[in-house]
Amino acid sequence: MSNFLGKSIFVLLLFALVLPAVSFADELVIYSARKEHLIQPLVDAYTTETGTKISFVTDKAGPLLQRLKAEGKNTHADLLVTVDAGNLWHAANEGVLQPVSSAVLEKNVPAHLRDPAGNWFGLSERARTIVYSTDRVKSADLSSYAALGEKQWQNRLLLRTSKKVYNQSLVAMLIAQHGEKQTEAIVESWVGNLAAAPFSNDTKVMEAILAGQGDVGIVNTYYFGRLQKKNPGLKLALFWPGAQSGGVHVNVSGAGVTRYAKNPAGAIKFLEWLSSEKAQNLFADANMEYPVNPRVTAHEAVTAWGSFSPSTQNLADAGRLQSDAVMLMDRAGYR
Amino acid sequence: MPTLPAENAGALLQGSGRRLSWPSGWQWLTLLIALLVLMPLSVLFLAWLEPAWDIWRHLQQTLLGLLLLNTFKLVVGVSAGTLLLGVGLAWLTGACDFPGRRHFSWTLLLPLAMPTYVLAFVFLALFDFSGPVQTQLRLWFGQGFRLPDMRSAGGVVLVMSLALYPYVYLLTRNAFRTQGKRALEAAQSLGCSPTVGFFRVVLPMARPWIAGGTALVLMEALADFGAVSIFNYDTFTTAIYKAWFGFFSLPAAAQLSSLLVVLVFGLIVMEQQLRKRMRFAQSRLAPQAERIQLHGWHKWGATAACSLVLGIAFVLPTLQLLRWTLEVYHQEFNRRYLDLLGHSLLLGLSAALLIVTVALLIAYCGRRHNDRLTGSLIRVSTLGYALPGTVLAVGIFIPLAGLDNLLIDLARSLFEIEMKPLLQGTIFVMLLAYLIRFMAAGFKPIDSAMHRVTPNIDEASRLMGLRGLRLLWRIHLPMLRGGIFTALTLIFVDVMKEMPITLMTRPFGWDTLAVKIYELTSEGEWERAALPALTLLLSGMIPIVLLMRQTDED
Repeated sequence: MSNFLGKSIFVLLLFALVLPAVSFADELVIYSARKEHLIQPLVDAYTTETGTKISFVTDKAGPLLQRLKAEGKNTHADLLVTVDAGNLWHAANEGVLQPVSSAVLEKNVPAHLRDPAGNWFGLSERARTIVYSTDRVKSADLSSYAALGEKQWQNRLLLRTSKKVYNQSLVAMLIAQHGEKQTEAIVESWVGNLAAAPFSNDTKVMEAILAGQGDVGIVNTYYFGRLQKKNPGLKLALFWPGAQSGGVHVNVSGAGVTRYAKNPAGAIKFLEWLSSEKAQNLFADANMEYPVNPRVTAHEAVTAWGSFSPSTQNLADAGRLQSDAVMLMDRAGYR
Repeated sequence: MPTLPAENAGALLQGSGRRLSWPSGWQWLTLLIALLVLMPLSVLFLAWLEPAWDIWRHLQQTLLGLLLLNTFKLVVGVSAGTLLLGVGLAWLTGACDFPGRRHFSWTLLLPLAMPTYVLAFVFLALFDFSGPVQTQLRLWFGQGFRLPDMRSAGGVVLVMSLALYPYVYLLTRNAFRTQGKRALEAAQSLGCSPTVGFFRVVLPMARPWIAGGTALVLMEALADFGAVSIFNYDTFTTAIYKAWFGFFSLPAAAQLSSLLVVLVFGLIVMEQQLRKRMRFAQSRLAPQAERIQLHGWHKWGATAACSLVLGIAFVLPTLQLLRWTLEVYHQEFNRRYLDLLGHSLLLGLSAALLIVTVALLIAYCGRRHNDRLTGSLIRVSTLGYALPGTVLAVGIFIPLAGLDNLLIDLARSLFEIEMKPLLQGTIFVMLLAYLIRFMAAGFKPIDSAMHRVTPNIDEASRLMGLRGLRLLWRIHLPMLRGGIFTALTLIFVDVMKEMPITLMTRPFGWDTLAVKIYELTSEGEWERAALPALTLLLSGMIPIVLLMRQTDED
C-alpha cells in the first residue's frame, strides 16, 4: 500500500517542519482574545525594552478557556487576555487562573476594575454609553440607560444584539443595581421603543442613527471614536448618564495569570508593566479606550468626549450575573 | 439510460463482492475515519451525562419555537434557492448553448471563493436602511421609502443561496455535461415534451449529484454562524453559541449540537434510502454530449439570467470589497500579509490532497462493500461538515489534549522525562481536524462520480487481473477526474475560508487570511477586513480556474 506510506511520510514531514516552532525556552506565552493588531505593538515594545520573547495566539474567549481547561497542567500559556470582565470572571470561576498579589498592580488598577481575589486585572477601561443624533435630540432629554424606555423614545431607540457580551454585561450591572424585576421592566421598555430589529454591531447602530432610522442608541465609545475619526463632522454625540443614576457602565479588557503558568513571575512582570504609566497609553490608545491607571490620562481625542462618572460596582458582578442577564433579555424579547 | 431496478445492480455487485469477507483493509480504513469523526461527536453526546435542564427549560419557555421556525425557514429557503440557481444554471451551461456560455460556465463558480460571512456583510452594507442604495432611493422617492427589510429571513436566504449555490452547480454540472441532449432525446422519443422530459428523466438521472450538492449546502446552512449573526437572525446554531458564550455552559451547547448531528444524519439516511433502488451508471463512455441550441428569447434570457446571478453574487460584492480595500490599503498592507497568504495556500493545498486521498479510498470501499455497516460508517465519516465549526473545534481539541496529557504523564512516570505536548500546536492536528470537518466535501463529489462508473468495468478489470488499489489507480482514477478535481477545489476553498478550527488548532504564528478576517471583523472593522477578504477571494479563484481548465475541454 504505497499510498498509505506516501501519506504517512507526507504527514511526518509536515510534523517535523513544525516541531521547532513549538519549543519554548524562557519566553512568555499568551492566549489572547484581544486581537493581534491591538496586542502586537505592546508585545513589540516589551520585547524591545526587556528582551523577553513573547508568543501569543488569538481566538475567542470561549475556545481559549476550553483550550486552557483541556491542556490542564501541561498548558503553554502563562497569561490569558480577554476583552470583557465576564469572561475573566468565568475563567477564574473555572479555576484556570491563579491569584496574584502585587503591590504594583493593586496601586495601578482601581479596586472595582480587578478581581477581589487577584485572579484578574483590568488593563483598559471601555465605556458603554448613550449616543444620540445632534440633529434630532437635545441632550437635556437624556438621563439614564433606564430612561431610554420612556415613551418619548418610542420608535426612536436602536440597540445592538443581546448576544453581544457588552450588552450582557450592561444588563448584568443593571441587575446588580436595580434588581432583576425592575431590570426586566427596563429591558422590556427598551424593546417596546425599538425602531428597528437589533443590529449585529455598534457601528451599524450609529450608521442607522445617522441615516435617520432611529435617534438614540447605546454604544462603546471607541466605535464612536473610529467613526468620528473617519468623519469629523459626525452629527452624533455621546451622552454620559450621571452619577445619581448609577454612572456610566464600564467594562475592561484585562488579563490573568494562568493557574499552571510555566513562567508566572514573567507573566506578573508583564502585567505590572502593562498597568504602568508608560504602557497604559499604548494599551488604551491603540483602540481609543480609557487607561485604568488613574495617573494616566486618555488620548486627547478621547478626553474630548467629556468626562464622566463611571459606575463603581465591582466588575466581577458582570460575570456572576451574566447568565441571569441573558435569560432576562430572552424573556423580555430582546434579541 | 433510465435507472435500472436494484436487483440487476445487486447481481452485478455480488459477482465482485462475494469472496470479500468483512473486514477488508478498505473497511478498516473506513472504520478508522469513522472513529476519528466519532471522537468529537462522542464528546458532544457525552455532554448528556449532565443534562443542562435549566437552560433547556429556559429555551423552551422563550426562544425554542422561534429558533426552530427560523431554522426551518432557513433550511427550506436555502435548499430551494440553491436548487433553483444551482440546477438551473448547471442545466444552461452544462447542456445548452447560448451567447457567453463558455465564460459563464466557469465564472458562475467564482462565488464559491466568497465566504458566506463576507457576502452577508457586503450585502448589509449595501442594502440595509443606512446603506447607499436605500439612502439614494430615499432621496429620489421621499423619506418614507422603504425596501423590504434586508435583515429578515428573506435576506438571509437570499445571501446564503447566492453564496452556496456553486456547490450544487459544480456537482450537477458534471452530471448534465455527460448526459446532455441524449437523455432528453430518449425521453422525447417516448413521447414526452421537453419540459416533462426534463423533470421526469434529466433531473432524476442527475439525482446523486444534485443530492450531494444540496446535502453540502444544507450542512453549511445549518452550521453557519457568521452570516446569521451578521443578520442577527436567530437559528439553532446561534442558540448553541448563546448557551456557550452567554450561559457559559459548554455542556448545553454540546447537547444542542448533538441534536443537530442527529437531524443531519437522519436527512442523509433518508436521502440515501430514497435513492437506494436506483443506479446511475453511464451506458457509454463518451463524456461529451451534444448541446441543446437555444434560440430567440430563450437564448438571450439564458444570457441575462447568468449575468444577473454573476453580477449580484460576485461582481457587485467584489467591487465593494475592492473599494474598501483601496481605502485601507495604505494603512493595512504589510509584509505579514504574504505570510498569511502563504499559510492559507499551504493549508488549503495539503488538506485538499489529504482529504481527497482518504475520500477516494472510502468511496471505493463503499463501492466494493455495499453492506449496511460499511454504509453507516461512511455516513458517519461525513458528519463533521454539519457541525458549527467552533463546537467541532472544541470537540476535536478536548480528546487530543487529553491524549497529549496522557503521553506526558506516561513519559513522566515511566521514564522520568519532561515531555512537551506532542500533538497540540502542530500542523498534523490541524490537518486531522480539517479531515474531520471536510470529509463530506471530498466524499460527495467523488462518490457521485463513482456512481457513473458502471460495475461492468470493475468486472472486466478483475477478469484482466486488476484489483484493489491498482484497479482504483489505473481504471477508476482517470474516469473520476472530474469528481476529484471538484473535490480538491471544494476542500481547498473551504479550508481557506474556515475560521474556528484554524483559530483553535493553529500553531503559534500560523495565522491565515481567515484568521485575519476574524480578528478585524470581531472588532467591527469590516472595511479593514476587505483586504484579507479580497486576497482570500482571489486566491480561492486559482483552483476554480484550474478546475475549469481541467474539466472543460469543449
